[in-house]
Amino acid sequence: MKKVKENKINEEITEQEISSEEYEHAKRKPVIPGEIIVSGEDYLPGDGTRREGNDIVANRFGLAEESGRVIKVIALTGAFIPRRGNVVLGRVTDITFHGWIIDIGSASQAFLPIEESPKFVSKAEMDQFIAIGDIVAAKIWGVKSKGIDLTLKGKGLGKLEGGFVFHTNPNRVPRIIGKEGSMINLIKENTSSNITVGQNGWIWIKADSVDNQIKARKAIEFVVEKVHIEGLTEKMEEWFRNYK
Amino acid sequence: MISMETSNLTKETLKKMFAEGKRFDGRNLLEFRDISIEIGVSNKAEGSTRVRLGKTDVIVGVKLAPGEPYPDSPDKGNLSVSCDLLPLASPRFEMGPPGFYAIELPRLVDRAIRGSSMIELEKLFIEEGKVWTVFIDIYPINDDGNLIDASTIGAIIALKNTMIPVLDEKGMIDYEKKPTKKLPLSKTYPFSFTFYKLGNSIIMDPTREEEEACDARITFGVSYWNNQYMVNSCQKTGELSFSKEEISKITNILSKKFDEMNEKLKKFL
Amino acid sequence: MAKEFKRKDGRKPTELRKIVAKVGVIPNADGSAMFAFGDTVAIAAVYGPRLLHPKHMEDPTKCILRVNYDLLPFSVHDRKKPGPSRRSQEISKVTEWALSPVVDLKSFPNTVIDVQIYIIQADAGTRTAGINAASMALAHAGIPMKNLVCSVAVGKLDKNLVVDLTKEEEDFEEGEGSTDFAIARIANTDEFTLLQFDGKVQPELINDLISLSDNACKEIYEAQKKALKEIIK
Repeated sequence: MKKVKENKINEEITEQEISSEEYEHAKRKPVIPGEIIVSGEDYLPGDGTRREGNDIVANRFGLAEESGRVIKVIALTGAFIPRRGNVVLGRVTDITFHGWIIDIGSASQAFLPIEESPKFVSKAEMDQFIAIGDIVAAKIWGVKSKGIDLTLKGKGLGKLEGGFVFHTNPNRVPRIIGKEGSMINLIKENTSSNITVGQNGWIWIKADSVDNQIKARKAIEFVVEKVHIEGLTEKMEEWFRNYK
Repeated sequence: MISMETSNLTKETLKKMFAEGKRFDGRNLLEFRDISIEIGVSNKAEGSTRVRLGKTDVIVGVKLAPGEPYPDSPDKGNLSVSCDLLPLASPRFEMGPPGFYAIELPRLVDRAIRGSSMIELEKLFIEEGKVWTVFIDIYPINDDGNLIDASTIGAIIALKNTMIPVLDEKGMIDYEKKPTKKLPLSKTYPFSFTFYKLGNSIIMDPTREEEEACDARITFGVSYWNNQYMVNSCQKTGELSFSKEEISKITNILSKKFDEMNEKLKKFL
Repeated sequence: MAKEFKRKDGRKPTELRKIVAKVGVIPNADGSAMFAFGDTVAIAAVYGPRLLHPKHMEDPTKCILRVNYDLLPFSVHDRKKPGPSRRSQEISKVTEWALSPVVDLKSFPNTVIDVQIYIIQADAGTRTAGINAASMALAHAGIPMKNLVCSVAVGKLDKNLVVDLTKEEEDFEEGEGSTDFAIARIANTDEFTLLQFDGKVQPELINDLISLSDNACKEIYEAQKKALKEIIK
């Protein structure tokens, strides 16, 4: 039963990620802020870019990509910027009268109101449901200037049991998941483990043995270190063949 | 210990892994990460070193200045060790007054050096009422755990490369003149070895993730003096206790650890 | 006239010291960089956007850019006492003003971007090296920004205009003495974000001095760009 639940969390994150990050692009080049990416009236400025006269100019450091007429810059580095709909992992840092305060490693405090629990929790027993130091998979349903609101309502969200959590570069999350979840599934199959990847770069792994747990983490770190993604699946397969 | 940033899950996992003698980076529990040393990172310092222990990165600089001796040691030089845990080096270091760790760390380094008699303070006498003060400043640049042991390594290697500046007729330092005299040091020098405890396991040289999960630590300053190993300082930190058995297990390997470290760093010492 | 002037270290008047630029030197930070002009070495780390403490400093309309510049105690001849001085606090603030015009602060209200700049080894021009490092570190941290900022000191030794003064040149006392003019500009533009000097300069020379930073900043920009792109391999 639990296994089904864990897989659902992954499915949800995978779907959401692929819609925001398409993988079929060959034309990518590194750019720095202020650099002209292309010139011409035909192009449209997308994420991380702006138009200046005839030019499309980078607004941030990263990989510039042409997608039809739209030019965007994909960030490779930097802190996690929360967006509505993101599934994130977080650590409970405090319990208040109204809910749980959760650290999701972002600039704003995240709050999980008691009403956003999928089942009824009495105010007297909040720490029995989720205690300080616990890890939850939650969904961001509101990003306000004063903070982030989370919910556990939704398929597969909730407190994570067993396994462990580590942090990695949130900008690499799309490639950890891979096209339609291909990368994360490859890692799961090769390590007999359950893995949940939060958009904030927090990753939960639960494997059947300590050795597989170590292997799964190393595999993810291998993906994170690779900046370019061409042939990454093959490289990952090769990595598994050579792993001792 | 230093913070409570670790999650319950991660702590439990690390506890289980350590009990099986395993770590994520493949080291055994008492193994150090790779060490690299850079000497002379500031040409304005009398001696300076950059130590990298895995991803932990610490810069140590030594400055000398003439000053008054302490009343209880009028014919000896002074040693002053300080450390700043700059917000540059870690998201958990904050601006403002130093936290306890920033106070404790240089004191541990200070006591290891003092206890080993590495610096011949009596040779730092200049004239009546005037002695050299040796300032050791420790600056972590990136904290990925075990700053204490890395800082001690940085301090002793910086001291080994420290020159005494030239004084002019007025007794002021003349930085134009190239120093020719080395800081007077004995043959002895200390390493510090910090042992971290999680559950029933003892580990060395933790990464930040491991360090945050641990419950207590104990630091020993160890040197080799008059053909024998000497423990020069000891401090237990954290709310948990260490058993007699654990302490004897630790003290039994101190000499071996000293030799290992000495072998790795001998070309700098 | 200026071209005949021989500098003690053999450089031409418009010649910069050797530049070293590197990105990603502090793995814990969201962005980091080092930048060196000869013997002046600066490192910078960027954390954020992140939660701002104390909370009452939050600005609901924008993110706060908070710069902290300082010298390490052993970066200078006479040991600098740890902790902020009046000098370091002023430099922190002018550095903040040098950088903030390019940073998109409106995107992250109620948060802070912390920029930490430390000088490991000082031989004049520390604030300009610090700004160059910080500009790279901000870009490396993925912060939305219009452009990089390039910074250099130009100056005058007696009547001779020079760029990138050393400490020894700063201490030059003959004739009209030494003037050290710290400049930062938005890369590839004529917009200046740091203008700071004291000394003796004829008003009509100010523009000539500023123009001296044209080529210098181009060279600095190329070094910054190369260092940033190097990490994408």
